[in-house]
Amino acid sequence: MINKKVTNVTEACKGVSDGMTFMLGGFGLSGIPENAIAELVRLNVKGVTCISNNAGVDDFGLGLLLQKKQIKKMISSYVGENAEFERQMLSGELDVELIPQGTLAQRARAAQSGIPAFYTPAGYGTEVAEGKESREFNGKMHILEHAFKADFAFVKAWKGDEAGNLIFKGTARNFNPNMAGAATITVAEVEELLPAGSLDPNEIHIPGIFVQRIFQGEQYEKRIEQRTVRQRS
Amino acid sequence: MLTKEQIAQRIAKEVKNGYYVNLGIGIPTLVANFVRDDIEVDFQSENGILGMGPFPFEGEENPDLINAGKQTITALPGASFFDSATSFSMIRGQHVDLTILGAMEVAQNGDIANWKIPGKMVKGMGGAMDLVASAENIIVAMMHTNRAGASKMLKQCSLPLTGVNCVKKIVTNLAVLEIRDGKFHLLERAPGVSVEEIQNATEGDLVTPTNVPEMVLA
Repeated sequence: MINKKVTNVTEACKGVSDGMTFMLGGFGLSGIPENAIAELVRLNVKGVTCISNNAGVDDFGLGLLLQKKQIKKMISSYVGENAEFERQMLSGELDVELIPQGTLAQRARAAQSGIPAFYTPAGYGTEVAEGKESREFNGKMHILEHAFKADFAFVKAWKGDEAGNLIFKGTARNFNPNMAGAATITVAEVEELLPAGSLDPNEIHIPGIFVQRIFQGEQYEKRIEQRTVRQRS
Repeated sequence: MLTKEQIAQRIAKEVKNGYYVNLGIGIPTLVANFVRDDIEVDFQSENGILGMGPFPFEGEENPDLINAGKQTITALPGASFFDSATSFSMIRGQHVDLTILGAMEVAQNGDIANWKIPGKMVKGMGGAMDLVASAENIIVAMMHTNRAGASKMLKQCSLPLTGVNCVKKIVTNLAVLEIRDGKFHLLERAPGVSVEEIQNATEGDLVTPTNVPEMVLA
């Protein structure tokens, strides 16, 4: 067994520096690598490019890096309710590339899988297609999209083992499995890190080969963005 | 004139037995509340769940279980979770039968705009571009006019596009319309709303048959 375990987030983030490109899993605030983000804030790396579906909210998730102006460029599909993100984007302080969500997932998946580029119909005839090759397949137009290139991928799973195998929970899975192995170094953080052999190989979502470093996060806030409930009748 | 709930109620009648349905944020989310009990349907949320259930009871909210609007939800028996790439394989691969989403503008050729107002508002396209580019069956749920009273049913969209030639059906607070041969065709009018009112609220070319039935909601 090749052991991927590192003792803490500081060790896991070794080699992170200014100007790098990071991929970060999560959808909204669900399944975000909370501990890695806190460490990136602490390290105060500047001028970074972040590939992540969203940018958190003003005071949590990637919003924390935005607040400190550590991010030079965001590649996302949805700005949503993050006011600081929208402000920095409209004022031109932040370079933002908005791309379709399925394209974002597939560009990560392509990077993970050694596929340099692929055609998708998403965005044809829109701003997204500007400057991109287009081609007709089966009577329908498609545009050429390229695999991402990133220095670090930060993913978050529910359980993991020392071999780097990962199991996700609920909709906190989202982009995390697609980003694992899609960067030079993949750092996985888990709520529970177990000895090798503790997880059933049948149940593993992402095999450890896609992960270089794994650690157990010290704590998880798991903030809820939109608390919606129904009444008991 | 229909309320947002009533728009959702009318759209629910388009949901057929055995459909996998993706609901967008806003009015489309409400559609789930109005689908008849005897209709078997699975709701897909693009952040990674098929078999999405209603909101949880208070105290049972789970941060690891949300929909694409980031709202806490539940999973029904038979539900599954999956990663984002798999989710969009369902969408791009046309395994999802019906997509219901909101819009800022729709044009008579089926173009749709719903993600950006240059210089003012940028929400992002989220999964909307993937959805409209691939779905065979798209219903747009929206108000017929914007807050300023201007028509959202146009000859040509003025805002940056989300997709081209893709919208087939629109349900608004005033009418049910179909897009065919580069024109809006009036199918039904909301209770108490005249054809003339709909005509006045539609900037694009509107084809109106002699008899336009009133919508039946329930």
